[in-house]
Amino acid sequence: MAKVRHESAWYPLEPGETVLDGLLRQGVHVPHACRAGACQSCLMRATSGAVPEAAQVGLKDTLKARGYFLACACRPQAGTALEVAGASELRVPARIVDLESLSGDVVAVRLEVEAPFDYRAGQYVTVVREDGLARSYSLASLPREDRLELHVRLVPGGAMSGWFARDVRPGERVHVQGPAGDCFYVPGQPEAPLLLAGTGTGLAPLYGIVRDALEAGHTGPIHLFHGALEPRGLYLVDALRALAARHPNLHYRPLVLAGGDGDVEEGPLEARILASLPKRPVGWRAFLCGNPEAVLSLRKKLFLTGFSLKDIHADAFLPSTPRAGPVAGAA
Amino acid sequence: MSSVYERIGGEPAMAAAVEVFYRKVLGDDRINHFFEDVDMERQAAKQKAFLTMVCGGPSNYSGKDMRAGHKHLVERGLNATHFDAVVGHLKETLEELGVPAELVGQVMAVAEGARADVLNR
Ligand SMILES: Cc1cc2nc3c(=O)[nH]c(=O)nc-3n(C[C@H](O)[C@H](O)[C@H](O)COP(=O)(O)OP(=O)(O)OC[C@H]3O[C@@H](n4cnc5c(N)ncnc54)[C@H](O)[C@@H]3O)c2cc1C
Ligand code: HEM
Ligand code: FES
Repeated sequence: MAKVRHESAWYPLEPGETVLDGLLRQGVHVPHACRAGACQSCLMRATSGAVPEAAQVGLKDTLKARGYFLACACRPQAGTALEVAGASELRVPARIVDLESLSGDVVAVRLEVEAPFDYRAGQYVTVVREDGLARSYSLASLPREDRLELHVRLVPGGAMSGWFARDVRPGERVHVQGPAGDCFYVPGQPEAPLLLAGTGTGLAPLYGIVRDALEAGHTGPIHLFHGALEPRGLYLVDALRALAARHPNLHYRPLVLAGGDGDVEEGPLEARILASLPKRPVGWRAFLCGNPEAVLSLRKKLFLTGFSLKDIHADAFLPSTPRAGPVAGAA
Repeated sequence: MSSVYERIGGEPAMAAAVEVFYRKVLGDDRINHFFEDVDMERQAAKQKAFLTMVCGGPSNYSGKDMRAGHKHLVERGLNATHFDAVVGHLKETLEELGVPAELVGQVMAVAEGARADVLNR
């Protein structure tokens, strides 16, 4: 049996149980959402004892070195005694200063962080509400802008998105943890063709990345695909068209599955993207964000057409998983 | 005598080979269902372990590990046809990367030697 110590009490784990499940089962509050190692909501720190390597996959080296790990991916071996603490020192207080409706079901949430906060455009943060509810959102803003901007899609019955859409008023306080993720532009190859593809609010990080790349002087072609089920699922269309008009190397292609017209193209996103690529996409870099099935499928197809794995940056927006849901890592 | 692994360029050569090999495997409908993984990086790391092993690089896998490591796949139907397909992709990968025929032959022999363990025979 493994056991975990948290705030001076020891909690036994059942065989194969994760630290997250064991603590929640015994009434300890730990922020969490995806339970699949993707959102970093469940970040904790081991103050004594070693965590399995699998519990630190995807974390920055600086966090690993300080003992941080993902509680949902941490299954200590039998006999391990682990002492853990929450990640509160990684969170900074923030104030919601502005909410703006971008479409029928997407709202832009703007936050002012009350401490220095370094990030790269396109990374994501975890928003932690006063009561501990945690969800991850990609950043649509640029580091030089003084506010963080998130694009939140209202999910039916959604705890956090519903709160943003209905209850939050400017002035509300939350905590922000992060940033995380490697979906960001790296200067150095200004002529490389870039493929940016997102579904729904997968546009948020891409909106940051595309502006970041253009401001960094990227000269190679930038293909930005934004997919939605129908036209009202698209947003920032005018802003992106204006941006494309100012930058001839930016090719913006909004795409819907149904209800397209002369203004908006209709068709399946993945097929259109693949059809737009040259036969051998050498030197291309791709950024894929949004719906997990779409992102994972597209990543595989791009790899098969010749993209190198290291040139494909993908953030799958995994939803929260209730306790009885699939175990971490299952697919 | 130095290993094939060293003679074809060690770790950097494996890093180059792994994408070529993994792409072939994922593109082959006869076997790709064994290799689907949400985490492509993790799968690629395993492919690299495979390549390193058959090329005689640093590897700690025993025949027993090979048995245990592929048992769940045998239960899902892994058979000699699949084995031949993987070995075929291995051969093509090495040839595409310009590995001399003599060394390719050595790698093939190592791979063949793992057949019984991989198929849990
Ligand atoms: C790395 C990362 C980045 C993300 N970035 C963004 C972003 O920029 N913008 C954004 O809007 N969201 C983003 N998400 C998703 C976000 O974290 C939340 O999952 C989402 O806002 C729903 O949370 P909620 O509390 O409103 O709904 P919950 O209360 O968590 O969910 C309510 C119910 O709906 C289900 N559900 C939730 N979402 C979906 C879905 N998409 N499809 C099917 N069922 C679903 C849940 O399983 C649950 O049963 C991101 C997720 C990750 C992991
Ligand atoms: C020459 C014969 C083979 C050798 C030497 C070999 C070797 C290996 C090695 C070293 C690993 C990595 C184990 C790890 O690090 O976890 C591995 C994993 C794997 N092998 Fe093989 N392999 C062979 C044949 C095959 C064949 C024929 C298939 C299927 C068609 C196959 C499918 C897999 C899969 C799917 C994994 C990953 C297992 C998992 O994710 O749990 N292998 N193999
Ligand atoms: S990473 Fe652990 S809950 Fe999402």
